[in-house]
Amino acid sequence: MPRLSYRRALTRALGDELARDEAVFLLGEDVQVGASLVTTGLAKRFGTERVRDTPLSEQAFTSFATGAALAGLRPVIEFQIPSLLFLVFEQIVNHAHKFPLMTGGQCRVPVTYLVPGSGSRTGWAGQHSDHPYSLFAHVGVVTVVPATPADAYGLLVTAIRHDDPVVVFAPAGAMDVRDDVDDLAPVPLGRGRIHRFGDDVTVVAIGHLVHDALAVAEELADQVSVEVFDPRTLYPFDIDGLTESVARTGRLVVLDDANRSCGMAAEIIASVVERVRLLAPPRRVTRPDGAVLPFAPALDRAVQPGRDQLATAIHLTMKDGS
Amino acid sequence: MTDADPVGLYRTVRLIRRFEERAVELVHGGQIVGGIHPYLGQEGIAAGVCAALDADDVLAGTHRGHGHVLARGADPARMLAELCGRVTGLNAGRGGSMHAADLSIGVLGANAIVGASGAIITGAVWAHRRRGRDTVGVSFFGDGAVNEGMLLEAFNLAALWRVPVLFVCENNGYATTMPVAGAVAGSIAGRAAAFGIPAVQVDGQDPETVRVAARAAVDRMRAGGGPELIEARTYRFDVHHTFEHAVRLDDYRPPDEVIRGRARDPVRIQGERLTDTDRAAVDVEVEATVDAAVRFALSSPEPDPADALTYLYASGLTARTGGG
Repeated sequence: MPRLSYRRALTRALGDELARDEAVFLLGEDVQVGASLVTTGLAKRFGTERVRDTPLSEQAFTSFATGAALAGLRPVIEFQIPSLLFLVFEQIVNHAHKFPLMTGGQCRVPVTYLVPGSGSRTGWAGQHSDHPYSLFAHVGVVTVVPATPADAYGLLVTAIRHDDPVVVFAPAGAMDVRDDVDDLAPVPLGRGRIHRFGDDVTVVAIGHLVHDALAVAEELADQVSVEVFDPRTLYPFDIDGLTESVARTGRLVVLDDANRSCGMAAEIIASVVERVRLLAPPRRVTRPDGAVLPFAPALDRAVQPGRDQLATAIHLTMKDGS
Repeated sequence: MTDADPVGLYRTVRLIRRFEERAVELVHGGQIVGGIHPYLGQEGIAAGVCAALDADDVLAGTHRGHGHVLARGADPARMLAELCGRVTGLNAGRGGSMHAADLSIGVLGANAIVGASGAIITGAVWAHRRRGRDTVGVSFFGDGAVNEGMLLEAFNLAALWRVPVLFVCENNGYATTMPVAGAVAGSIAGRAAAFGIPAVQVDGQDPETVRVAARAAVDRMRAGGGPELIEARTYRFDVHHTFEHAVRLDDYRPPDEVIRGRARDPVRIQGERLTDTDRAAVDVEVEATVDAAVRFALSSPEPDPADALTYLYASGLTARTGGG
C-alpha cells in the first residue's frame, strides 16, 4: 500500500483536477516554484498560463478569480498565509459568496481558496498563525479542514468541482502526516468520519487535532472509551452524524484550534444540545479568548489547545456525569 | 464596428433619464424601498460607452448603476421590477437597485462596494479570452473609487497581464459629499499613467464624445492592446442617494455650481442633434416603454417569503433555518 503525505495528497488533487478539467486553473503567490511545497511541479506540467504567479495583490487576484468563475472557469487560489484571508474576507464574502443570491440565481462562483499551513507553524508568530475557519462557517461559505492525506485529497477534489466558493484549510500540524492510502477518491461535503469508536464520550476534533485526539483516546483507553469524530467539513456540518454519535455516548468534548468566543466549538456544542440531552455538561478545549499567538515556542504552545487539556476535559466530563 | 447612431444614442440617454425620474417618483411613493442612487445627469457616459461594445463584451457597474444596465440593453420593465423587489425582476427581487445584473447580456452587475468592479471584470475578460472569445470589458466606477486599493491593484493586474479592460471613471466631482479636491492626491489620469495605462479625459456630458473615445479605446484593445482609462467629467444632477430628498444635508455643492452643472444636459445635447420629428418620435417611444415598465413592475407579484434564500447556493446546498 503506497504511503502518501498530506502535502503530496494536495499536490496530487491539484494535478488530477488540472488534468481532468481545462476550466481549472491555479493562481497565487510563488505557485510556479511551489514555495508552499504544495504546487511543486504543476507549472512544468500544465504551463504558466494555468499555474499563474500573481503580484502581491491579494484583493485584486481574489476578485479576478470571482470574475473568471463568472465567465465559466474554476479558479483555485493558494494563500500562503492564513491571515491573508482577513485581507480578502471582503472579496470572498461580499462578492464571490453573495453573487448567486443577489443575482437571483443567474450565476455560480466556483472558486477554491486553498490555505496550506493554516494555524501555528511554530515560530511564525502573531500574523502568520491564525485559524479563521469559524469566520467562513459563520457567513456560510463552504469550509473544509481535512485531517488525513486521503481526506485532503478527496475534499480538495470535491472543493474544486463544487459550484460554490469553498475554503480549504490545510493545517500546518497535519501537512506532514503520512498514511497508507490505496484508494484516492472525492470525499463528499458535510459528511463527518468516526476515526475511533467509543462508548463513554464523543470528542470532536478539527483538522490536525484529530491526531491529538486519537493519541489521547489511546492513552486513556484503560479508563475511558473515547469516540473521535472528525467533522471534516465545518460548513455544512454533519450534525446528523455527530448527533448519532453523541446520542450513543451521552457526553461531548470539542477540540478546536481557534479562539474560544463565537468559535466553531461553541457552534458544535449548541447544535448538539439542541438535539440531545447529555449526561454531563459539554466541554470545549480551544485557544483562549482573543488569542494572538506569541512568538516564543513555549508561549505559542501554551496558547494552542493541547493533549493534557483534552485529557482533563474528558476526565471532568466523565466525573460530571457520574 | 458600431457606427455613429445619433438617434440610438439619444434613445438611450432619454430612456435612462425618464426611467430614473420615474424611479425617483416610485421611491417617494414607497413602491421602491431603500431608495436609489439616481444616474440623472450622467446618462451620456453609460450610453456612449455601451454604444461602442459588441455582444460578447462584459461590464460591471456601481451603486449608481441603473444607467449601465439599461444602456447595455436590459429590459427596462424587468429592471424596474427589480427595483420594486418583484419576482419578475432581473434578479428575481433578490438584488435591488445596487445589485441589478443581467448576465445574459454581459452585465455582471451593479456593485455596491466602491472600486469592486475592476478586478472582477479583469478576471471575467481574461477568462472569456482564454476560452477563445474576443471579449473586452468595461469597469465603471466613480471618482471616489480611485482611492480604493482594490481598484489600483486591478489596474496593475490588467496592465501586467494585458487584459483589455476599459476603466471608465465617472468623475462627478463628489464621492457622496467629499469633493475630488479633498480626496484625490495627484490626478485620476495620473493613476493610470503610473501603471502604463493610456488615459484620456473627455466631456462626459456629451454622449457622442464619450462614444468616440470609447470606440477608439475598444478598437485598440480589440487589436491586441491592453487596458485603457477614460475619465469622463460629469455632473450629478440630483442627490447622491434619495435619502437626501427626505433629510436635507448642508449645501455641500455650491448653488451656482449646481446651476452650471445642470446646464450641460446630456439629453438636451444629444437631442439637439436630431430633427424635431425624430426627437419627438423617440420621446413618445421612450414614454411608452417607461409607462409599460411601471405597469409591469407594479403589477408583478412579490417573491414568496418561503423562498427568501432560494438562490443562496448555486450548488443546491440548503442552509439551516433560523427559527428555534
